[in-house]
Amino acid sequence: MTISPPQSTGSIAAGAEAYVLSVNGRTLEVADAWLGESLLYVLRERLGLPGAKNACEQGECGSCSVLVDGVLVCSCLVLSAAVAGHEITTIEALAPEGALADVQQAFVDAGAVQCGFCTPGLVLAVDDLLRRNTDPSDLEIREALSGNLCRCTGYGRVLDAVQVTIATRRVAAGEAP
Amino acid sequence: MTGALTITETGEASTIVAAPPGRRGPRVGESAPRPDGTAKVQGQFAFGSDLFADDMLWGHTLRSPHPSARIVAIDIGPALAIGGVHAVLTADDVPGEPCYGLEVRDQPVFARDVVRFMGEAVAVVAADHPETARRAAAAIVVTYEVLDPLVDPDAAEAAPPIHPDGNVVRHLVIRHGDPTVTGDVAVEGTYEVGMQDQAPLGTEAGLAQPTEDGGVELYIPTQSLHGDRDQIAACLDLPVDMVRLTLAGVGGAFGAREDVSLHIHLCLLARHTGRPVKMVYSREESFFGHVHRHPARMWFRHHATADGTIVKVEARLMLDGGAYTSSSPAVIANASCFAAGPYRVPNALIDGWVVRTNNPPCGAMRGFGAVQTCFAHEAQMDQLAAVLGMDPVALRLHNALEPGDELLTGQIITGTAPVAEVIRTCVEHPLPDFLVELPAASGLGVGASRGAPVDPLLLPGGAGRTSEPGDLRRGIGLAVGFKNIAFSEGFDDYSTARVRLEDGVATVTCACAEVGQGFVTLAQQITRDVLGVDEVVLAPADTSIGSAGSTSASRQTWVSGGAVLAAAQAVRAKLLQHVEVAHGVPAVLLELADGRVRSVHGDVDLAVVDAADGLVLEETVEYHHAPTEELDENGQGNAHLSFAFSAHRAVVDVDPELGLVRLVDLTTSQDVGRVMNPLQLRGQLEGGAVQGIGLALMEEIVMDEGHVRNPSFTDYLIPTTLDVPPLRIAAIIEEAEPGAPFGAKGAGEPPTISSGAAVAAAVRAATGLALTRVPIRPADIALAPTTAEQA
Repeated sequence: MTISPPQSTGSIAAGAEAYVLSVNGRTLEVADAWLGESLLYVLRERLGLPGAKNACEQGECGSCSVLVDGVLVCSCLVLSAAVAGHEITTIEALAPEGALADVQQAFVDAGAVQCGFCTPGLVLAVDDLLRRNTDPSDLEIREALSGNLCRCTGYGRVLDAVQVTIATRRVAAGEAP
Repeated sequence: MTGALTITETGEASTIVAAPPGRRGPRVGESAPRPDGTAKVQGQFAFGSDLFADDMLWGHTLRSPHPSARIVAIDIGPALAIGGVHAVLTADDVPGEPCYGLEVRDQPVFARDVVRFMGEAVAVVAADHPETARRAAAAIVVTYEVLDPLVDPDAAEAAPPIHPDGNVVRHLVIRHGDPTVTGDVAVEGTYEVGMQDQAPLGTEAGLAQPTEDGGVELYIPTQSLHGDRDQIAACLDLPVDMVRLTLAGVGGAFGAREDVSLHIHLCLLARHTGRPVKMVYSREESFFGHVHRHPARMWFRHHATADGTIVKVEARLMLDGGAYTSSSPAVIANASCFAAGPYRVPNALIDGWVVRTNNPPCGAMRGFGAVQTCFAHEAQMDQLAAVLGMDPVALRLHNALEPGDELLTGQIITGTAPVAEVIRTCVEHPLPDFLVELPAASGLGVGASRGAPVDPLLLPGGAGRTSEPGDLRRGIGLAVGFKNIAFSEGFDDYSTARVRLEDGVATVTCACAEVGQGFVTLAQQITRDVLGVDEVVLAPADTSIGSAGSTSASRQTWVSGGAVLAAAQAVRAKLLQHVEVAHGVPAVLLELADGRVRSVHGDVDLAVVDAADGLVLEETVEYHHAPTEELDENGQGNAHLSFAFSAHRAVVDVDPELGLVRLVDLTTSQDVGRVMNPLQLRGQLEGGAVQGIGLALMEEIVMDEGHVRNPSFTDYLIPTTLDVPPLRIAAIIEEAEPGAPFGAKGAGEPPTISSGAAVAAAVRAATGLALTRVPIRPADIALAPTTAEQA
């Protein structure tokens, strides 16, 4: 091994900029950031919101799902600085602190969680589907969740959790499950 | 709402079952929610990649782009010159053993002088930002002299050694009965299995920090804390008690975390910089950073009498172990021992090889050697049935192993072996009525299926909408498989658990790695069962207690479950002894149930918390399963503890012109000994089966002269919700396994063994093609030579 004479270059962080993101209804400053950072990285490593997960970082697995202005996106594919001024919602805001949303409760009860790495993304995808379609067919559910990879469950209990959520919402609305 | 919704098998929410009144934690045999489930659905569960420490640095690895090369020079200067870089380490910076490994320490922490596979670690960098670390690693100048890689496992034995230990990692011969006998008929075939990746959703990650005593602390997702610790300590030249590991949240494992990956690199960087260091592999790096399932080439010849009795099985198995040993010796042992499947085989000659090549190292993956041979032996059984003119189910039932039968290794099955039952229940389970009407091309006694036309999304090709229902062919296939539970061949296989009872709350400490399988749930259930308390707290899994061994080989229910059971029973005995002294009632007349200690005569009736009188009762127990033996020079010996069996029946639709396959139904039966947690068991059966489906139809690391061509989720495909039908469970066979705590066998691996083989059999049935290789690629079907071309 050799060590050639140093020709020092600047750190990535040098010359970085600051911007402001609106996340879960709060205004959060991102300081000293490299502008190449993804929204996923900034949420996880700068803003203390690790709920979105980093499984493939190329938009194939859905683990990093968040909502930008109500639209489900893979946060690994979104440049963080580009969504300044937009409303970002993460898994951390799906339910009030300490509480579980019905989708989350259904995932726990139905056994849809094993290792749990894909879970936050799947929960958001299910919630997003059911906000758009309160009575999806099995195929519509499968299509909606086909962008979320899970390696543990084989999807059986996940699909069960979707049915539990649909039925729970019907019961809550005073309908037959 | 207090009730729970129950969903029927068809996915309809049908009934609301009220939860039992009061708060009562689930006991053994009941469905229990995961204690970590709430944190996981909230995104609050701390996986390895979620760790954070003040002032931490980020690590990044530089890896070889060549499968085989000599390292002429490494210049780290350009990397050190980058602002924000705090360390650049190479092989020169490893203070202790230069190599690590599960069974043989032959894999360098960093390559020195040569690289032996594409992706081998050459150097590691720590910097103040992950992007800086990436750029710094890329700035290291390595001069390689590129060599021709050894990539053909069949050529390995004769080739010049690519490692000082030689190219043959293990050659195992099983000679059983009279290898010279023959039967009325013989069928032979050569089969291949591609390289599968475990692809856990969480990539390798961890955080190391130096400790004040000069040691190091590592927070790491792993399958085996103590196994990692011992390898790390040797490479750091530290006593093991100065290397402390704590389990970080594990984002799936499936064998990928049995070996060390970034562990030593992290600890070296933390000690070198004096700061906490975090690393997270990208998905691409993950494909290079862990071992894979061994690709296999397998020749088989089955001999049988005219009535279908198997007389002899001959096999030559060649597993490609890649550049380093990992768990290859144990994988080839499994492949060889279970090569003939769960059938009576009085005579056998099995030659099992695992060799070194310049391909990526291979090691543990769910099913561990038995997956590869199941694909082959089940194809052989179907071929044998065809030659004999026999029903393939009848052939299997005729030869099915039973308790008291002898395995290829001469070992007599002393435990349960409900092989005929898993086969029978699986094939007798009715097919669903939603199948699109298509001519059934194959037997298994099933006629044309019923049902209305389906959505085109459910045809082969899915959203591509390329298939016309009239062109499709349907096939049905069956496969049966088995493997060992826990470690074999004389390994002292044990686990350690501590149970502490204080103020009516039990705390369980065990280093068993929870990787998603549900040991945490089981530990609570077992402790509640024994101590009758509802509140059971799980202490962090770390190396402050004795080893629990690895979360692999379907062993933790038995071994760590056994340790928790024994520790809880010891605490229970202490409690009853105390009540005996305090209340003058002999302990033998005392019962502990539902949180109360009662005497059979009714003169004592105390809550557990009162019975303990403020005492803290604690016991630590090491549980060893019954010893096993090494295999002798003929591959004979009582090498295994226990065996678990499963069967799958698959129904596929195939578009023969485009070579596209859609799995339309999958049914299973499995031998589990005892159901510990019905919900979790179901999850194991479903998840395991989907990994088998993936191997049959889509999952392969594509190798090209030692180069990995598809290290991403864009190009390495794993099944999605649109690729898999609901798994239908025909039967879960509960015959208590003698010697097993609660009579339970592990359940995690069998689902991956026979599922893929069944899918492949179904595609063969649909197409009439031999299809001797998995995964079955579209070209294998669409471009298969016709019979005329073959002739």
